[in-house]
Amino acid sequence: MAYLLTINGQSHEVDVEGDMPLLWVVRDHLNLTGTKFGCGLAQCGACTVHIDGVATRTCVLSVADSVGKNITTIEGLTSPQARAVQQAWVELQVPQCGYCQSGQVMSATALLENNSNPSDADIDAAMSGNICRCGTYPRIKAGIKMAAVQFKNAAGATS
Amino acid sequence: MNFSRFMKAGASPALDSSRRSFLKITAGGTAGLMLGVSFTATSASAQSAATDSAMELNAFVSITPDNVVKVQIKHLEMGQGVYTGLATCVAEELDADWSQVVCEHAPANTAKYANLLMGQQGTGGSTAMANSFMQMRQAGAAARAMLVSAAAAQWQVPARDIQVSNGVLSHGNHTATFGELAVAAAQLAAPDVSALTLKAPAEFRLIGQDNTLRKDVGKHNGTAIYTQDIKLPGMLTAVVAHSPRFGGKVKSFDASAALARKGVQHVFAIDSGIAVLANDYWSATKARELLKIEWDDATAETRSSSDILLQYRELVDTTGTVAESHGSAQATLAQSDDVHELVFEYPYLAHAQMEPMNCVAQVNGDSAEMWYGCQSATGDQAAIAGLLGIAPQRVSINTLFAGGGFGRRANPASDYVLETVRIARQVPGTPVKLVWSREDDMQAGYYRPAYVHKLSASLDGHGKPAAIQIRVAGQSIMAGTSMAAMMITNGIDNSSVEGLTEFSYEVPERQVELHSPVNGVPVQWWRSVGHTHTAFSKEVFIDALARKAGVDPVAYRLDLLKNNPRETAVLKLAAEKAGWGTTTLPAGWGRGVAVHTSFGSTVAEIVDVSVQGNTFKVERVVAAIDCGIAVNPNIVRAQVESAIAYGLSAALADEVTLTDGNVDQTNFHTYRVLRMNAMPSVETHIVASTNPPSGVGEPGTPPIAPAVANALAAITGRTLTRLPLKLA
Repeated sequence: MAYLLTINGQSHEVDVEGDMPLLWVVRDHLNLTGTKFGCGLAQCGACTVHIDGVATRTCVLSVADSVGKNITTIEGLTSPQARAVQQAWVELQVPQCGYCQSGQVMSATALLENNSNPSDADIDAAMSGNICRCGTYPRIKAGIKMAAVQFKNAAGATS
Repeated sequence: MNFSRFMKAGASPALDSSRRSFLKITAGGTAGLMLGVSFTATSASAQSAATDSAMELNAFVSITPDNVVKVQIKHLEMGQGVYTGLATCVAEELDADWSQVVCEHAPANTAKYANLLMGQQGTGGSTAMANSFMQMRQAGAAARAMLVSAAAAQWQVPARDIQVSNGVLSHGNHTATFGELAVAAAQLAAPDVSALTLKAPAEFRLIGQDNTLRKDVGKHNGTAIYTQDIKLPGMLTAVVAHSPRFGGKVKSFDASAALARKGVQHVFAIDSGIAVLANDYWSATKARELLKIEWDDATAETRSSSDILLQYRELVDTTGTVAESHGSAQATLAQSDDVHELVFEYPYLAHAQMEPMNCVAQVNGDSAEMWYGCQSATGDQAAIAGLLGIAPQRVSINTLFAGGGFGRRANPASDYVLETVRIARQVPGTPVKLVWSREDDMQAGYYRPAYVHKLSASLDGHGKPAAIQIRVAGQSIMAGTSMAAMMITNGIDNSSVEGLTEFSYEVPERQVELHSPVNGVPVQWWRSVGHTHTAFSKEVFIDALARKAGVDPVAYRLDLLKNNPRETAVLKLAAEKAGWGTTTLPAGWGRGVAVHTSFGSTVAEIVDVSVQGNTFKVERVVAAIDCGIAVNPNIVRAQVESAIAYGLSAALADEVTLTDGNVDQTNFHTYRVLRMNAMPSVETHIVASTNPPSGVGEPGTPPIAPAVANALAAITGRTLTRLPLKLA
């Protein structure tokens, strides 16, 4: 069956079965491979994208339920918070193997878009659904704090 | 993979850059080692390099006319930072500008790209930097010399008067970039390694710097490509239904419903189960659910892990094969009326790397092309060639970033690689991507083996251990692998006892015995291999003895390390930085310590835990590491953080159990790995050193679990001897 999806501001029509998770639609059918497969059970967060601005696990979200939503994958991140997060990720050398990091960046960006000055507890709450087996957690935390400061400074400079 | 034996033997290439010392290192090994230092560009590789217009100056360095320095990385980048570390060594001696350097995984070519400590192309045992430090510097220096010669000829000036700095050669009014000289330089003969002068450490401008940006780029924006991301024209995605029990075989199967599903192209039996090939992963995995398979468990492992551990507990009450003996520990213990004894128990552990195992293969008649995070090129290439009955050179391997490894990808049986090729050979000419689900990955075995240890000691009049007897029971990792000849001596798999043999603490009489029972659970090395369990027993036992003796655990250790200046220095540094004995902890907090040497490096960790009832949280870790020269201190710290997180995950929760041969854990809801909310703060201090670089990826793992257990003992008075650690 054909489904019309809005991904990164563009319309895509895909002809797949309705129960196919959004993860496999973007990866296998739309070639957006930045979103990763890690568990298939919404346990690890590697497949996180933004659905109407909310960090969402796509390995358990069917394509049928994704219609009419504003979907943003790592390839379509453009917000100033996202840029601050990605800059901090490079500067603090957060990624190691990197496989989970698309999901980490998506969760971190969603956090900052809703909370410009997160506490350690806020960060733990927002990020504990994203597993990193390389254990980059301390740098992720530092990266979010650095991004928060950079975003605040950038916002101050332009206001 | 485990090569700590090499590291212990002090075989890591020496820092002294003289030819004599370099030859001493390489001459100690096989012919393969000598071949590994050949820098000359071969015609075949020069040809392939020419296709992308890069001029190959040697096996590791090529330069494009538009001034990009390409470094061939012979090790797998799986997060440990080899791209950056190895390229740093090249760029240092080449005097390249760091921004002009890019890295590529080298192709499978044992003659050119062998690990100099292994004699084969592969990554493991924390040897990447240790074996490459001199080789990469020489490759950079050789390329520099060729560029200088080319400039000297062009400018008609003496080579010795030419300056090279940040990718630019200059003399008087002449200047040229590397790119401008690359074509001329590539025509020249490679210089003799013995003629190269390498920098003295005081001249380093990249090695030892903290701010060199990583070269494994694209990981913050989703553009880095992993095996999972490979898509080739006409490619099919394969999943495999594996036997629920290890060793089970397909008796019969009915694929009619699976084949009828949309998108499914093929279903057939292979050695390891039933393969389903479809246009995409979802179609393949849904079709797999429709298979009707009857399994034959006649040769399957049907025991529970509790049965296996019970057997091990009985074994450690009996005499094993002696791995090491000093004095007559057994007799001394028999005569003592005050023997302290602890029995330790360790579960099977899955690697649970974030990218589930996968591999892409295309088999075409008498050749095969592979795309995956290849960790043991020589071994996999030989295994694929053997399976297909073709020459190893007919197997080309495109190595991609790996989404974590922790040992899993260097499978001694090339399990997931051969599974892919077994499928791909059935559909010649069609590329096949094998994808394991998380459940497939977690239940496929090749675990860190389960072990039981029994340690017994008698104390002298000063409370110090006079005699110690150690018995280890658990499966051999190396038995039956290509590493067996190297790692198993007189029936002793060194990887089962490493860290307990060559006991770092001074104990006059010691005996280490080993039982290596065989069972059907596939086992494999797991980040820090034998040290994952031996360090725990050693450090928890010593701590318990210190408490028995009523002596501070750090002071007790330092007393037993009088003849071990390296561990002494590292332990003292960690203790000082953590405020051991000088700071007061909040109520309900405990502090513990552990120190251990593995893969040529020594790490001490001091842990603060907070305890509430039967739950606890690791709050803070202060680590000190001596890994020789820290080529990239930031990456060293990152690896210590990573090694601590990985070890802490196992200390707190990781455990694979079997019930009647079926693995109980399926995914991250039952195999509960460390998440951010349980991650402590980590502070890493690096001992300043001029020794050659030693291991960094693994040595931070062994001390964390015992340091946590010792911190818990300090506050609760209870010595925990089973992993994962539980107060209730």
